[in-house]
Formats: sequence, structure tokens, C-alpha cells
Amino acid sequence: MAVAFLVIPLAGLLIRAPWGDAWEILHGSQAGEALKLSLWTSTVATAISLVVGVPLAWLLARTAFPGLRLVRALVTLPLVLPPVVGGVALLLAFGRNGFLGQFLDQWFGITIPFSPAAVVMAETFVAMPFLVVTVEGALRSADRGFEDAAATLGARRMTVFTRVTLPMVAPSLVAGAVLCWARALGEFGATITFAGSFPGRTQTMPIAVYYALETDPDAAILLSLVLLLVSVVVLVTLRDRWLRGGTAQ
Amino acid sequence: MTGPGAGLVAEVEVTRGAFTLRASVTADPGEVLAVLGPNGSGKSTLLSAVAGLTPLSGGRISLGGVTLDDAETGTFVEAAHRPVGFVFQDYRLFPHLSVLDNVAFSPRVRGLGRAPAREVAAQWLARLGLADLARRRPADLSGGQAQRVALGRALAGDPALLLLDEPLSALDARTRLDVQAELKRHLADFAGPCLLVTHDPLEALVLADRLLVLEHGRVVQEGTPAEVARRPATEYVARLVGLNLYAGRADGARVVLDGGGSFVVPDHHERGEVLVALRPSAVVVSTAEPVVSSVRNTWPATITGLTLLTDRVRLDLEGEPSALVDVTPAAVAELGLDAGQRVWLSAKATELEVYGHGHPAGLVGGTER
Repeated sequence: MAVAFLVIPLAGLLIRAPWGDAWEILHGSQAGEALKLSLWTSTVATAISLVVGVPLAWLLARTAFPGLRLVRALVTLPLVLPPVVGGVALLLAFGRNGFLGQFLDQWFGITIPFSPAAVVMAETFVAMPFLVVTVEGALRSADRGFEDAAATLGARRMTVFTRVTLPMVAPSLVAGAVLCWARALGEFGATITFAGSFPGRTQTMPIAVYYALETDPDAAILLSLVLLLVSVVVLVTLRDRWLRGGTAQ
Repeated sequence: MTGPGAGLVAEVEVTRGAFTLRASVTADPGEVLAVLGPNGSGKSTLLSAVAGLTPLSGGRISLGGVTLDDAETGTFVEAAHRPVGFVFQDYRLFPHLSVLDNVAFSPRVRGLGRAPAREVAAQWLARLGLADLARRRPADLSGGQAQRVALGRALAGDPALLLLDEPLSALDARTRLDVQAELKRHLADFAGPCLLVTHDPLEALVLADRLLVLEHGRVVQEGTPAEVARRPATEYVARLVGLNLYAGRADGARVVLDGGGSFVVPDHHERGEVLVALRPSAVVVSTAEPVVSSVRNTWPATITGLTLLTDRVRLDLEGEPSALVDVTPAAVAELGLDAGQRVWLSAKATELEVYGHGHPAGLVGGTER
């Protein structure tokens, strides 16, 4: 039952697809631009998540400070928060009249909303927790004994982290990054609220699908198929990665 | 022996919840000190403190005259900056690095470039006869190979002090003998002091120059393997070296045992509280009371257990005093010995080793073996 419920709609997509005119339709709509925008913004969002999320995961897994539980709760909040609420919150903070945005606007002349930067921010907001949670779990279950061993061999803390801890959690790091990227790619609610839907600037694939459904259903189906294809590729990559990790060890 | 301060001098006090380790440990350059003790006696905590992985709550540690840790002045040299090589019980070889890079790890993080570090590692692998394994991953090594690599990795950092935590305990019996013989050679080549933690008395007797016995976080005995094997200070040590041990009060040629019974003992200069050690094979078992005999000590006892130990049978006997006695399987058959049977035990006075408590904290229990 459950499998049928999950699979039948996807099969429907394949059946209804106007295969004959696929190429023309995809070119006619702004699919190419939307896809390009989606790909680079979700990649940048993932990169940002890695740079700030991995140290955060380390802090959550390895240190004890007052308010740790609160921070962890806040970090996981976007996982359960409706994305559109996230978008509204971002708008209130960084919008032209937002409590941070007004200063950015007055002092630096920077306006974030409705720009590609806003897309990246919305995607990071929603997707980063996936990375943090995955990496934190891996760090928590990693054997601390190896870090002690590295210390007795003369490695300072930073060296221990880069040479021992990170490589040992690498499979989880990759999994977390891919999950994060896939979530960013599919982001809709926060993005459309905070960044809007300007073709070529802020209209990502999911938003393009939504608008195309009203004007050109065939294009919507094809765009959906492109996203489905990307998801399948992600799954296969992850599976390969895990399989190789399993046999190499 | 070198002058004081040249080797390891440690007054260690570590508190962990209800457990406190308080031990004074010294080891000279080139000396192998075995730290022997039951589980939970604080052996591993001691190593961990010396390595700088566990901070001291009291005392100080110095190596070659350099203070590594001093609870009073607050001096604490981090583990990474101590010239210490640590071989862990579970080896802890980095699973993501090849054998060569594992051994090169310490020279590399201590400042050598990648190529020179690998060269140092290759030299160590060659010296340990592991050159063929250089490209392997730790997961593809046998237990004995992993142990050797772990030793090589610790030595490649050119440590001034070597710490080995139960280095052979994870190996099967056959590999253990090979690796033990090899380890003995490498330890002989090592110039600095070496602390070897073990709960295997044989390992300690074979590998160490000196033994230190820890129980409940305290040092209960210290001495050469021969001394410890002949005159165990506690029941734990006596059991390890396979002796019966009794505590009692010396009164001339007689020792009245705390647990009941008494022994006639040879001339000795001990007075008051003494320990008496008796080898299980020095006790004679008879089914009837020996009537005429030169043996000075004769007492009845009941057999409570029999265990076959390869070439002999160990009898567990209850009496005043109780004892472990070794007899031949033939004797068991001829005398028809079985559990529950009442027999007579006799031991010559000259077989009894009488000595004072070497250490005030020495004796833990009563007279039950």
C-alpha cells in the first residue's frame, strides 16, 4: 500500500510526460535558467553549511557549555519549522525594513531580499540543520580513543581534528552534505517568501515548476522530471559512496 | 643505575568519583617497570596520567628532570608536548591511514615534511620487520601485526618514555608468545624508561626488570620479579604467582594464623605480624594421619574441589588453614581422592617462607588463599 502510494504518482509523471516535445518545451520555458540558478545556489548553500555547520557540530558533540541544549534545539528547529515561516522570519530580519536589514540598507546600501543572495540564505537556513545533525551524530559516536592516540603522538588539537577526526567522520560528512544539498535544491517555501520569483534571478526549479503548472502543465511535468532525475542521481551517488566505504574498511 | 631525576619520577593522585589512585612510581632509563593489578586497580589511569590524557588532582610527574605535571604549581604539559610513546591495548591504529602513514604520523605532526616523515616510518617498519605491510590498511592486519605496527608508531615519535597498556592481551595464545619474545628485544633496545601495564603475571615476569603491584588504587608491592614471586605481599599477588599465603603472628618458632591453625616455621628474625607463603606442590596429602614423620606441620582438611592442570591436579582444601595443593593425577587415582573427602596435609617447616609485611598497606584480606 505504502509503496504504491509513493510510487504511483511518480509513475504518473513518467506516463503523462510529453516526451515528443520535451526539448522544445524545456527550452521555451525558463527551465535552463531555473536549473542553473538552483544548482549554483544550492551548491553555495551547502558550502556555507559546511564551513559554519561542521564547527558547530563539533561544538555540540564535543564540548559542554551552558545553554548547549538550547542551542541544539534552535539548530534543529528549522527541521520541523514550516519553511514558509522561515521565509517570513528571514524577511523580518533581513528585509529592507527588518531589524538587521534596515542597517544593511542605510549603511552599506545592501538589499538582500528578492536577490540570488536571498535564495542562498533561505536555502542555507532550511538545509544546514541536516548537515549539522548528521555530522554531530557521527562525531558523537566516533571513538575518542583515536584522538587520544593522536595526542600522544604529538598532534595538537587542530591537527587532531583535521588529520584524525574529520577523515574518520568523512562518510557521514559526505552524506550530510548531499542531504543538505538535496534539501536546498528542493527548497520552495522559504525561498519564495524571502526571495520571490523573478525568472533568472530568484526563480529556482521548484518555483518554476509551480508557476509552470498554471500556465504550461507540460513544462511543469518535464521540470518535475528533471528534479526527479537529480534526486535519483543523488541517491545512487550516496549508495555508491556507502557501498565503497563498506568494502574498503 | 642513573642518578635521581634521570628517569620517570611520579607521585600520582587522580580522583574519579569514589575512586582515588594514589601511587608513587619511579623508573630508571632503560628499565622496564611492569604495573600489575586486577581490573579497576588504577593501572590504566596511571598510564593515562603519565601520558597527560588525565590531569592530576595531586602530586607531580617529572621525566628526565623536566616537570610534566604538578598539581600544586599548576604546571601541565599537554599530551601532545610530552615525549611519550603510548601503545594502547586496542592499538588504535588510524583506520583511514596506511600502515606507513600511521607510523609516519608522529614525525609528521612533530614538524617533518611528508617525504622525510615517511622515510623515518619506513626505517622503523624495516627495523620491526614490517616493511611488507607498509601499504596495508590497519583493517587488513592480523592482531600480531597490528600490535607490532602500534609499537612502531609509538617508537617513531622518538619518545623518551614508553607506555604499554596490556600490549599482548588482545592476541591469541600462540601469537602472544612470538610477539612477547619480539617485544622483549625491542624493549631492551629502548633507552628510556618503560611502563608496562598488564594483568598477566607471566608477561610481567618475562618482560619486566621490576614489578609494581596496584590494588584499589594503591601500591601494595614493589620489587624484582623473583622477590615478588617468592614473597607475595597480598592474596592477589599470591594467587597470581600460584602460592598459598597466610597472615599470622610470629611467636618464636611458631606462627599462629589469623584464620585459624598454626605453623611450625624455620628460624627467622620476624616478630609480630608476618606472612607465610607455601607452594601448593610442597604440601603432602595422605588419607590417614601420618604417625611417624619428620614433617613438623600436619593438619586435617576436607577436599572441596579438584581441577586438572595439564600435568597435575590442583586440590582445593578447607581446613585450618585452608590450602591449594598440587598432586599428580596418579596420586589422585591411587588415593581415590574426591570432593568431600577428609585427608591429612603435611608441610615441612623448611618449605614455609616467612617474612614481614613489606608494605604497611600490604595486606588486604584474611588468610583464605
